[in-house]
Amino acid sequence: MMAMSPIPTIVHLTIQEARRRRVLAAGLLGGCAFLAVFGVAIGFAHADMVRSGTSFVERQAFLTLFTIAGFYAINFLSVLLAVLLPVDALSGEIDSGVMQTVASKPIRRADIVLGKWIGYLIIMAAYVGLLSAGVLVAGRLAAGYVQLYVARGLALMLLEIALLLTVSIAGGTRLSTVANGILGLGFYGMAFIGGIVEQIGGLAGVPSARTIGIAVSLVSPPDALWRMAAYHMQPSIMRGFVEGPPFLVSASVPNALMLWWAIGFMALTLAWAVRSFQRRAL
Amino acid sequence: MSETAIATRGLQKRFGPTLAVADLSLSVRAGEAFGFLGPNGAGKTTSIKMLLALVEPSGGTGTVLGAPLGDRAVRARIGFLPEHFRFHEYLTARELLRFHGRLYGLRGLPLDARIEDLLVRVDMLDAADRPLRGYSKGMLQRTGLAQALINDPALVFLDEPTSGLDPLGRLLVRDIVSELRARGTTVFVNSHLLGEVEATCDRVAFVKQGRVIHELALAGAPAGLELEMRVRPVDVEVVEGLGRFGTSVTVVGDNCVRMRVSGEHVIPDIARWLVERGVSVFALQGRRKSLEEWFVEVMGTDQRPG
Repeated sequence: MMAMSPIPTIVHLTIQEARRRRVLAAGLLGGCAFLAVFGVAIGFAHADMVRSGTSFVERQAFLTLFTIAGFYAINFLSVLLAVLLPVDALSGEIDSGVMQTVASKPIRRADIVLGKWIGYLIIMAAYVGLLSAGVLVAGRLAAGYVQLYVARGLALMLLEIALLLTVSIAGGTRLSTVANGILGLGFYGMAFIGGIVEQIGGLAGVPSARTIGIAVSLVSPPDALWRMAAYHMQPSIMRGFVEGPPFLVSASVPNALMLWWAIGFMALTLAWAVRSFQRRAL
Repeated sequence: MSETAIATRGLQKRFGPTLAVADLSLSVRAGEAFGFLGPNGAGKTTSIKMLLALVEPSGGTGTVLGAPLGDRAVRARIGFLPEHFRFHEYLTARELLRFHGRLYGLRGLPLDARIEDLLVRVDMLDAADRPLRGYSKGMLQRTGLAQALINDPALVFLDEPTSGLDPLGRLLVRDIVSELRARGTTVFVNSHLLGEVEATCDRVAFVKQGRVIHELALAGAPAGLELEMRVRPVDVEVVEGLGRFGTSVTVVGDNCVRMRVSGEHVIPDIARWLVERGVSVFALQGRRKSLEEWFVEVMGTDQRPG
């Protein structure tokens, strides 16, 4: 009777539940509003550049930056959603008593954590994929621009989102919903500030600032992943330039070790979440 | 099946400095309906949670259906209705039962058939496809009860099963517990409604400060009767003579005597003995002590309302 894994059942319920959450509806609404603004803005900008006789290369460089800015907006919306959507995935069900009924079944508690993690990951991947497709289609339709360097950047964005939702789920094994939300946003906030410090250090040639920024990224890697994503979305010819907003054009690009560190960080956080939930009194 | 459904020895749970369950030593026989009674804060719910592996014991040992606490294979044979049953309100009763059935590994037609049977049994068939958010407290409780039985358990824990139910709902729960007993299912009931426990359970344990302080068999009449009689005259000879039929012979007023006897079968002997001695008998009434009275007596007068 226990041959089949209960994880798909938990995944299904998690997706079913998330679909009904207002925070996802708000995220989708915000995403649609953003896409509308993005499409109109890139269309008008492109028309202006054509009218003013801007060269093709300059137009392409601008449209690339503009598209990366679009991805940055998607990244930001996704970060919020990745923290807030699963914020009460475990804590809320523990507080309400729902978890007692589920955890008393012949399943491992790890199945519950993993099922929820996979469920939210599927939702977030769909969200990022949908909005990313929206940005690419809007750029193509409004400005005839085709962004070529997307795959690696999107993969890095997804890793960043996966890491944040892992932190949110892990926090939910011990913290109340509100405290967990604050932890998740604080975790990202720290990464963001660390990223800015690292960029300023890189731009101004201050090694200590850069070192501090890198150290913060080790504690909280999400922003480093975004900067890697933004770097890989640029054509190789643009990557040496540092003119532009620091969150789009990187003066200090994390190396591949940071990628492996982020993957390891996420795996360790997920393992901790499982262990913490296993020991939690329900 | 093991003869003993639940056996614990010195089970203990400590939350920081608070000792929630001090020393739970308990034995529940397979196939019996067992009442778990105690005042608020006695550690009843924590005890159930330890038996279900929802809470890890701080000390002691225990087995459920012959396996150590928390055994996953055994949990497939256990049903549980928690106190204040709640679930995702957007689900319908049918979806909820399907979800829980799948967690037990049930699939396809057998699961559908089981859901249908249970919906009929708890009288929820007509509301089965409506979201839980529109349910009354009683409907939620009945749905929770169906959830606890979805796997046709060998042992079912019911934590306050009649909470929020109207008299008809309580009757339904009582009938279901009787059916479960008849089928050999062990039923572990935690309830404040002593009348319900009295009507459904074979045996009860009284818990105080996380310890079983008394056990009582309700089936049969081992608890005895309290006998009250109005007779004349009441003299020393009569009082001493009544002593051989029972215990605690007390004169409580003019011509009124109370005593404890082992059962109804003693009453004709007492009546005969009194008449033979020329004592006039005006009334002779046996009264079984209610579970509520037992509760008050066992818990002691130091107990305050919870």
